[in-house]
Amino acid sequence: MKPAARPRDDARTTRLLHIDPARAELVDGTIGDLRTRLREGDLLVVNDAATLPASLHGATAAGVPVEARLAGPAGDGCWRAALFGAGDWRRRTEDRPPPPAVGAGEVLRFGGGKRGGGPAASRSRGVAAKGAAGSPLRATITSVDAASPRLVSLCFEARGGALWRALYRAGRPVQYAHTDRPLALWQVQTAYAARPWAAEAPSAGFALTWELLLDLRRRGIAVARITHAAGLSSTGDGELDARLPLAESYEVPADTVWAVERSRERGGRVVAVGTTVARALEGDAASHAGRLVAGAGTTELRLGPGLRRSVVDGILTGVHDPGTSHFALLESFAPRALLLEAHAFAEERGYQGHEFGDALLILG
Amino acid sequence: MDVHGRGVVITGASRGLGAALAQVLARQGARLALVARGEQALDEVAGAIRAAGGEAHAIAADVGAKDEVYPIAGAAASLVGEVEVVVHNASDLGPVPLALLADTACEDLERTLAVNLVGPFRLTKAFVGPMLLRQRGLVVHVSSDAATAAYPRWGAYGASKAALDHLARIWAAELDGTGVRFFGVDPGEMDTAMHAAAMPDADRSELAGPAEVARKVAEMIADDAIPNGARLEAAAWGAAR
Repeated sequence: MKPAARPRDDARTTRLLHIDPARAELVDGTIGDLRTRLREGDLLVVNDAATLPASLHGATAAGVPVEARLAGPAGDGCWRAALFGAGDWRRRTEDRPPPPAVGAGEVLRFGGGKRGGGPAASRSRGVAAKGAAGSPLRATITSVDAASPRLVSLCFEARGGALWRALYRAGRPVQYAHTDRPLALWQVQTAYAARPWAAEAPSAGFALTWELLLDLRRRGIAVARITHAAGLSSTGDGELDARLPLAESYEVPADTVWAVERSRERGGRVVAVGTTVARALEGDAASHAGRLVAGAGTTELRLGPGLRRSVVDGILTGVHDPGTSHFALLESFAPRALLLEAHAFAEERGYQGHEFGDALLILG
Repeated sequence: MDVHGRGVVITGASRGLGAALAQVLARQGARLALVARGEQALDEVAGAIRAAGGEAHAIAADVGAKDEVYPIAGAAASLVGEVEVVVHNASDLGPVPLALLADTACEDLERTLAVNLVGPFRLTKAFVGPMLLRQRGLVVHVSSDAATAAYPRWGAYGASKAALDHLARIWAAELDGTGVRFFGVDPGEMDTAMHAAAMPDADRSELAGPAEVARKVAEMIADDAIPNGARLEAAAWGAAR
């Protein structure tokens, strides 16, 4: 599958392959066809997490370059993070040199010097921007994972508004080598991004415009939200990558639980926009004896073949190659043979893969 | 909307009407994310509110800069949770001393439009998505009588505010019935630093105090009966009620 190398200019051009597991049928279309692929009473659930500027370039106390990619929130001013050695997103993660060894108590400094580059870095203007351009963001390593020393927990010194200001100044969106230019923060936000919890964009939502979402509502198709702290999809360390996704935080609002129940009563189907939504909803239900309960939690649930779903009926997702972990997740929703057939069909029709690519709807 | 316990963003909050409105809404229990370029003045406003038992966070940023929109939105959502009210109060006056359009530098007009029109558009875009998901929210645009009257030497400012008024009306028309509401308010002439910069010889005793106008704007925010897309005048607000 050819990867999309950059954000698309118009989300409405996103192609949509509807995979119907009940009929073993494939239908080629565009994202706007959700208007007819979904029906009155159905519920679309999105992940409203905004995408963090989670890639931070800096140095250890000894001055050795290091990149920290925030992987998930770990309390006030603290995050779990994966560390990388020299280089940046242009090099494949598995080709990056390992990060310098760090220990608990060590202080890392980010920003304040060479920036990641790109539109945000060069265009920043105004009094506020100039005032703090040179002030670095400092974080203390609080723990190092026993099995993978590149996975750490760290806490920033700044708090509140000052922390967010420094983080947004120093950080860049996480991106990978299949992209062809530096991404700006606004290019990795969905149309409904709220709290910045996600290390990587909940990208299935890139295809959704408000024109489409409001139209779906007018047709009796409800739209609700969860917040899920989507983590990193790759660290370049095989052993650590095999542990992904790590436990991730989520929050299910009471009105979303209500929307799911109402959809069920009306005979509607619950469609997750992205695997993070499926993970939050099924993870929440799994920890409450199969029932969706409002509130915050963390989930280690792995989607995959054989998962018994109790909330989600279908999924809107990106296109990923067989053999990737993302592809395996989809086996929660359709048999592998049908997914392989769909992949070959999509490839032949010129669908594009990865976060800025085209979309699949798996729904019977 | 009752702001008690709700997240409210106010731009241009380091002085004048913005700072006064922050104080009024803080007393009503709002959770405030305050935005302005001047970090020190903003910290003082937020600090005074916290000292009085309110909740206010300072986000030093330039609403006229594209790069700062998602940093503002992300910081606000992190600090106060769901942002239910956005007040676009930050304004750029244009060339100071005021100038005829024939003498106004293009760059001055562009800067005024960036702060007074494009900035509010971008910020609304960043905040309105979550509001639409929740089917609840309020966006307030602070306008001016210079938006409707063609005052000589107020060209950059007046044109930006006229466009802002129309932007607000179109937002309201497009999102009518979604639960997200919009209104504009002309605060009238106030005794502020901006007024002093525009009209240094004015008799300040004849000007309304920002605190008095802020109380009226807070009443408008609380009043769910205001028609979507309305443009209100603070001077007429007391009489209308």
